[in-house]
Amino acid sequence: MTTTTLAPVPPAPQSRHSSERLWKGTPLTWFGLVLGVILSLFPFYWMIVVASRSNDAANAWPPPFLPGGNLGENIGRVLSNTDANIVKGLLNSVLVSGTITVATVFFGSLAGFAFAKLRFRGKNALLLIILASMMVPIQLGVLPLYLLMAKLEWLNTMPSVIVPFLISGFGIFMMRQYAEQAVPDELIEAARVDGCSTWRIYWHVVAPALRPAAAVLGLLTFMEQWNQFFWPFVVLADPANPTVQISLRTLNSAYFADTSQIFAGTLIATLPLFVVFVLFGRQIIGGIMEGAVKS
Amino acid sequence: MSLDLDTAVPPGRHTHRAGHEPAPRRARRTSLTRLDLRYSPYLYVLPFFVLFAIFGAYPIVYTAWIALTDRSPMNATISFVGPDNFVELITNDPQFWNAVYNTLGMFVFATVPQLLLALLLANALNRRIPGLTFFRMAIAMPIITSTAVVALVFSVIYGRDFGLVNWGLDLLGVGPVDWRASRLASWFAISTMVDWRWVGYNALIYLAAMQSISKDMYEAASLDGASRTRQFWSITIPQLRPTIIFTVIISTIGGLQLFTEPLLFTSGSGGLSGGTEGQFQTITMYLLDVMNNRFRWGYAGAVSLVLFILIALFSLINYLLARRISSDR
Repeated sequence: MTTTTLAPVPPAPQSRHSSERLWKGTPLTWFGLVLGVILSLFPFYWMIVVASRSNDAANAWPPPFLPGGNLGENIGRVLSNTDANIVKGLLNSVLVSGTITVATVFFGSLAGFAFAKLRFRGKNALLLIILASMMVPIQLGVLPLYLLMAKLEWLNTMPSVIVPFLISGFGIFMMRQYAEQAVPDELIEAARVDGCSTWRIYWHVVAPALRPAAAVLGLLTFMEQWNQFFWPFVVLADPANPTVQISLRTLNSAYFADTSQIFAGTLIATLPLFVVFVLFGRQIIGGIMEGAVKS
Repeated sequence: MSLDLDTAVPPGRHTHRAGHEPAPRRARRTSLTRLDLRYSPYLYVLPFFVLFAIFGAYPIVYTAWIALTDRSPMNATISFVGPDNFVELITNDPQFWNAVYNTLGMFVFATVPQLLLALLLANALNRRIPGLTFFRMAIAMPIITSTAVVALVFSVIYGRDFGLVNWGLDLLGVGPVDWRASRLASWFAISTMVDWRWVGYNALIYLAAMQSISKDMYEAASLDGASRTRQFWSITIPQLRPTIIFTVIISTIGGLQLFTEPLLFTSGSGGLSGGTEGQFQTITMYLLDVMNNRFRWGYAGAVSLVLFILIALFSLINYLLARRISSDR
């Protein structure tokens, strides 16, 4: 495989190896990184190119490589597409992702605090259940869950994609990890001696200390929920009340594939997370990397 | 019983101490404190378990029950059929095994290059180079896209008539490939979608682990004349072992649930069939096909359970494999 060329080349034979030299990027390092960046970014660029072309130009040979002038028109067409309901989809996605994010951060930090800093019987067993719950794919219970939603009359409404996901095991774990090292036991004991109730300790001592981790958890949760597809596909079958990802699916299942309109849709669906990434990319990347070291 | 005594002074001791508060009030506060200490932790973790019981555990148990019946919205009565669904699924359902074959095939196609590329990218990111933040951000950027967006964009890139990939192949003098027509071509196309989205993410995870490897090891190795390639295979990979195992398991759990990319690879409705001959129908697509198009709910329950067993099985196999491959040789 050609990709193995990315591995570092042997250093020139010599007696002195300064650490500076050992960690220097070789031309191959640069080649690999630049190629990686181009491959990572090209589909985004391509999205803009096709979304800004007329359909004839998008389906041309050779394919277009530069953006055209039809972006506004294509966006207008997708926004007014009465089958896909993408405006409603966007609003629903904001509602769903926002609600789940707030709940995940709140309940995650509360339970994470309890697991990290409070003593109670059965703690380890409960923690194990949470860990196990993270390994279970939603497919395992998809049919009964669907029937439950039907019984609750939640099909094709937002509670069906919000309520089951309000609290995540991952969120509890992440906050527990962080609370363990960020909140000193002495601080909690001091607050107890001063007569603070557990709730007051959480609210005034622990919650402020957990803020950095809470921000990262919030960002990761929001991104994950915004991009959710499988379960919404199951319970939001009626295209009149979709999330934005389901709107995209509706666009794609039209009889005539309107490529530039579909791409305008993907652009709109990605834009909110693009903004989030530009503003908070460092925190998101830090969160992914930090989680990796601890797990 | 030393239960939940987080305080420096056990609450029981308060009552014996002379204070200037009126006795009844003090006693009430103490018992409140005791209640608080004992039950607050349970209260704080309770919401998770309530939700999990209703939307997690109950459906799982119910799946196990439903799989033993012939339940369907088309049957007036539900009868208990024992293991019949499982027997049929395993011995007499070529379409299910076709889906298993596709899922495993695409999993291998996607995961092996994905983790190798991520390792090499992380190794490159671990050098002392200018613009590191930019490189990290750019390489991580695909994680903001949804699987639906990835699938739609790549579906056009892999178009038969006007697709970018076929245009590139044409320049090289290779005839156009109908990426949806054959098993291998569709597997390849779908695997690249998965890889595009996840290589950067895994590279970041590896990078984090690489940064915690002591630099002294490399300097010592380099003094001994070990090449950088040698250092990569003999220091980096063994040191990364727990992380590699972690990413392999995560990729296994995710890969065997593959759904959105193959579903949206065909435009028009009816994407669940995964191509004209089911050449890229995955297990999850088949599950929804059984559930929503054939209305065989009992049978769908069996598919769910077997899918879960396969995920557990392959997580274990891959765990053992990853442990072996990345071990110190």
